[in-house]
Amino acid sequence: MHAETRAPELHGLLAEYRSAQELLDATRRAHAEGFRAMDAYTPYPVEEIAEVVCDHHRSRVPLVCLIGGVVGALSGWALVWWTSSIAYPLNIGGKPYNSWPAFIPVIFECTILFAAFSAGIGMLALNRLPEPYHPVFNVGSFRERGSREGYFLCIEAGDERFDRTRTREFLTATGALEVHEVEA
Amino acid sequence: MTLFAVACAVIYPLFHTGRPWLAVYWLLPYPNTMGMWPNFRSPLIWDVFAVSTYGSVSLLFWYIGLIPDLGTLRDKAKNLWQKRIYGTLSMGWRGSARHWHNYEQAYLLLAGLSTPLVLSVHSVVSFDFASGQIPGWHTTIFPPYFVAGAVFAGFAMVITLALPLRRLFGLQDFITDKHLDNMSKVMLVTGLIVAYGYLMEAFTSWYSGNIFETYVMKNRLEGPYRWLYYSLLVCNVLAVQPLWFRRVRYSPLAIWAISMFVNVGMWLERFVIIPMSLHRDFLPSSWDMYYPTAWDFSTFFGTIGLFLALMFLFIRVFPAIAIFEMRTLTPEAKVKEPAH
Repeated sequence: MHAETRAPELHGLLAEYRSAQELLDATRRAHAEGFRAMDAYTPYPVEEIAEVVCDHHRSRVPLVCLIGGVVGALSGWALVWWTSSIAYPLNIGGKPYNSWPAFIPVIFECTILFAAFSAGIGMLALNRLPEPYHPVFNVGSFRERGSREGYFLCIEAGDERFDRTRTREFLTATGALEVHEVEA
Repeated sequence: MTLFAVACAVIYPLFHTGRPWLAVYWLLPYPNTMGMWPNFRSPLIWDVFAVSTYGSVSLLFWYIGLIPDLGTLRDKAKNLWQKRIYGTLSMGWRGSARHWHNYEQAYLLLAGLSTPLVLSVHSVVSFDFASGQIPGWHTTIFPPYFVAGAVFAGFAMVITLALPLRRLFGLQDFITDKHLDNMSKVMLVTGLIVAYGYLMEAFTSWYSGNIFETYVMKNRLEGPYRWLYYSLLVCNVLAVQPLWFRRVRYSPLAIWAISMFVNVGMWLERFVIIPMSLHRDFLPSSWDMYYPTAWDFSTFFGTIGLFLALMFLFIRVFPAIAIFEMRTLTPEAKVKEPAH
């Protein structure tokens, strides 16, 4: 059977820079040039680069975490209230069945538990991880230095301003050490 | 250092469960054929929630913190199996700026959420005692006193473990003298809070006018276990006082010795609180002496062995100091805003 969808041959162009500063400058220039489908790769977080690449959008992780916390609090309370007042009411020291002050520790722990796991798993989900395969790993120097001392900028072929030759020229002009073609 | 401490903290819930094969049966709320549920007004069930949340959130925090470093290990790995294992664990981390953007937020939130968790887990553990009626347990000072004790013991333990490692692996540039100085200061301050706790226990037992409460203190000072109580005061109060001096705080050998005193002292504190309160309760007919059996000793040494084994395994296969966090401290990591 012939697949109708044609896999793009090129994921993008990957340029390597000497330092975080050079990468930041290049990312800024690419952003000013109008490129949006791009990503920078650094061995450690560089906030300024992330801001440019993400087009100054704020991360959605805090929102996910907040929702997780609220859901955690409500489900923690639902658990203790339902078990203690409805499913299995027990008279403990003459306290009312819904003796909420005694429920605070459990509700608090559920809040933290859900909030923390929403933040952690939410971060992975927003980043679409785990992702065992990604085209940038096809570039040898990225595999070698990407997670240690390399600073990379990838302008993706999906960008409407992308052009194999002109984008390469642009990246070379920003002071890239080397520009690699990334196979998809 | 954070990672390291968290890795240590993960071990504690393992010690906590006591009789795990029964613990699942009575402690976790799950629908069962008997139609029974745990009593959520009991501090023991609070403890189950506090410790299991603490354990799982610490594990998550620790793992999330390791992901970028696992990526580095994957790329450095020489043999295929190492590449596969680190590769799987790193989830395909590639250091993308979009990923770092979310990652940093999540890491910050997890750090923020873990802090109240540290306070809550020790407060809840203290409720197990404080809401009981045994004289020596039934005190309102327990939650803050346990939290201070935990920070005190925690810093002592970190010093005990980190100093030999620092020496062994030549990590003086990562765990600096300044860090040791600060850790010593925290140990001193929390030690003083703990000393205040001891003082207040003594004061309250006198001020309460209650014969049972007064007797607790009298038993500590004059009873058959008095030498343990005096050793506790020596280890936890006297031994930390040299930390007032700068020269002591900058001497790794001295603070390591002090941290060993604190480790012993905090163990004695548990002994003073638990068996010493129980062995002289309300009725003289239930008075007895507690002598640990061979099983008690072997469990105790077993936990030390388990802890050290897990820790050495950790250092063997994972970075003991977060690599990417160290990179952010290098001068190359500082970037300038463009001139406007």
